[in-house]
Amino acid sequence: MAASIFSSNPTLASGPNYSFSQAANNAAAGVKEHSFYPYTDNGGSTLGISGSDFAILAGDTRSTSGYNINSRYAPKVFKIGGDDETGEGAHIVLSVVGFAADGQALKERLDTIVKMYKYQHGKNMSVKACAQRLSTILYQKRFFPYYVHAILGGIDDEGKGSLYSYDPVGSYERESCRAGGAAASLIMPFLDNQVKNNNQYIPGSGEGHELVARKAEPLPKEEVVKIVRDAFTSATERHIEVGDGLQMLVATKDGIEEVYFPLKRD
Amino acid sequence: MNHLPQAWGRPRDDIYGAYDHSYLQSSGPITHTQKPVVTGTSVLAVKFKDGVVIAADNLGGLRKSCTDLLLVNADIWVEASYGSLARFTDVKRLRSFNSTSVIGIGGDVSDMQYIDRLLNSLSITESHSSDGHILSAANLHTYLSKVMYKRRTDINPLWNQILVAGLDGDEKPFLASVDLLGTTFSSPTLATGFGAHLAQPLLRQVVGSEEDVPSITREKAVEAIKECMKVLFYRDARSIDRYSIAVVTKAGGVELKEDEQLEGQSWAFAETIRGYGTQVA
Amino acid sequence: MPGFDFSNHNRNVALHAQGVPLPKATSTGTTIVGCIFDGGVVIAADTRATSGPIVADKNCEKLHYIAPQIWCAGAGTAADTEFTTALISSNLELHALSTGRKPRVVTCMTMLKQHLFQYQGHIGAYLVVAGVDPTGVGLFTVHAHGSTDKLPYVTMGSGSLAAMSVFETQWKQKMTREEAVDLTSNAIQAGIFNDLGSGSNVDVCVITSDKTTLMRNHIKPNEREQKQRSYKFARGTTAVLNEKIITKEEISKYVTVHELSSDDDVVVVEKMDIDS
Repeated sequence: MAASIFSSNPTLASGPNYSFSQAANNAAAGVKEHSFYPYTDNGGSTLGISGSDFAILAGDTRSTSGYNINSRYAPKVFKIGGDDETGEGAHIVLSVVGFAADGQALKERLDTIVKMYKYQHGKNMSVKACAQRLSTILYQKRFFPYYVHAILGGIDDEGKGSLYSYDPVGSYERESCRAGGAAASLIMPFLDNQVKNNNQYIPGSGEGHELVARKAEPLPKEEVVKIVRDAFTSATERHIEVGDGLQMLVATKDGIEEVYFPLKRD
Repeated sequence: MNHLPQAWGRPRDDIYGAYDHSYLQSSGPITHTQKPVVTGTSVLAVKFKDGVVIAADNLGGLRKSCTDLLLVNADIWVEASYGSLARFTDVKRLRSFNSTSVIGIGGDVSDMQYIDRLLNSLSITESHSSDGHILSAANLHTYLSKVMYKRRTDINPLWNQILVAGLDGDEKPFLASVDLLGTTFSSPTLATGFGAHLAQPLLRQVVGSEEDVPSITREKAVEAIKECMKVLFYRDARSIDRYSIAVVTKAGGVELKEDEQLEGQSWAFAETIRGYGTQVA
Repeated sequence: MPGFDFSNHNRNVALHAQGVPLPKATSTGTTIVGCIFDGGVVIAADTRATSGPIVADKNCEKLHYIAPQIWCAGAGTAADTEFTTALISSNLELHALSTGRKPRVVTCMTMLKQHLFQYQGHIGAYLVVAGVDPTGVGLFTVHAHGSTDKLPYVTMGSGSLAAMSVFETQWKQKMTREEAVDLTSNAIQAGIFNDLGSGSNVDVCVITSDKTTLMRNHIKPNEREQKQRSYKFARGTTAVLNEKIITKEEISKYVTVHELSSDDDVVVVEKMDIDS
């Protein structure tokens, strides 16, 4: 008797017996609890610009979780294929932004591959080959991706600065400039305008549609550093996950130079 | 009220519907730990010129499986359990490794005990190798981060956030964190759980950046940590006033004290409080 | 009472069920605090307003006027804090006029909590109410669901824990005005530098029995550095595809045109009167 009125036994077979039209709050029918989600977003932003004989990769050094700052100094730009743990002797640079643990794993895999290439072939891996290899690594995890936006930089076989940008599953492209991460949508239009000279015309060069658009001219390294600094101070102003420090790796034929500038910490 | 004692205090089927047992999932696919059951909260640590100080309170709260979202304020929602069924007030959440490292573990206590066993076996393996090299805190952190990242990649995480404190290969102060996702980072001050909200701001006032570390004395670092433990006891509902604290230095090795009592609390302000609104007496 | 317009509610529920996201309201991520001192009360706030992860306003005002000696710091949905404080300010003014007495902080707190409780948390206003009235000094917090608290020092917003950690280590009974201003400023700065929802400057408001002092941008710890490059474009850089000139005479057919002399080009819209 009691079983039919009270829930000491399951009586689902006889159907739920609600009073009035009230439906039971049956959470078990839907998702009971959220299950483990293997990703997180650690915020921050990266950016890369290539020039005639150099490539610059930059990233802020803030690591976040939610509204908290994990660390004010957590690098997002790395030297790849160096001779020791400091990265000395490296000729390729990689930046990763998104889920930091995947970024770390990706960087370590690529670093090992580039090192092994040198041991096995007795010469440095070309940036072009490394770029293709990175794409394969990413696509191998097509259905459990590395949740990162990667940018690879270095000097190509002709001595020109080269830059490759990737989506999380390995689609990639050689570009002259690219911003990644949280503030990518803030920085990218600025880069299009200042590096590629998009939406700029040569004053007085014609009337209406005859007006001649400004072409992208290769920028000197010093100017690119200035553009990068302005991009990051601006992103720091308007994006809460960007700040604390700006780290830049400048790849030239002579090797990789590291530069650091403090950013606002609020 | 009715005459059926077995029904007293139970939701009435005619109002709430029959109890749905389907969520118990007596059959189905193999499941892994998807949520912590017994948890510890904060672990705090700060670097100073000769080493690192690390502390954690000795509480392990048993979580009822029914969790909900609790509104703390406009912007912070904290997962809280509807009442702790029981709690363990003597859970030691710091452990030493070699004479160079201490790790502090927040999160699931059973997973912590698994990590403890893992480190015991690592310690035995290492002591059998006679290369004269011992694992530094930096090595230990790398090891743990690989374990944690592998487990998250298998969708079978160890539900912890771990602080590794000690000395690196060059015998310089080392402090870094790894969590259940395998995310790692390092900072002159670190705190897990509620400590990330309450203690980290205070610790950062003492040690703002890596450049400040050489000017921080051991006494100042210990004092800062103790002050933070006090604030956590005031404001973290899931904390107690007994804690473990460890100092790692080159000269002293690991000095671990596991049963410290919080000192110098001040509840004087409480006497002046009258109600929450219009009450005056 | 004519109040909110719910005529779009059913449509919006249907849209939401189909996966259309809710519009993003500007929120004052925020650290706000209040602290009683010997002879008055001080409240303070940061000045960052956010919309998701984007900083919507770098120097917004989160200290709201209620009455000459009652001020309110607001966290949560920006519009809700502004309209709720404005509504209660208006009603309190009418109440003061009707009774012929100075408004009391408890009255303000009660009006706020009753208003917010009525809306069951849907008005996302989280407030710190402070003031001095004939009965003495008052300091309260009011949550969006209508609960209140009365304490000698309070914090709210996403930076509340960072700010509270400062109070829990540095607060003491019977502080001077200067000590209280410094303590609240430190608490706000803990929020600014540790909570991503808070940032920019520190606003402080000190209320004593004889006057209210609003210290807008009391501390500015986050001034932007000089930009590296100049972003002045040469005239003619932007393409002009079409040009149409509308003369003043043509415009005058539709609107009234007022001539402004060139030397008073800065138009002061309105200035708030504050006892100083």
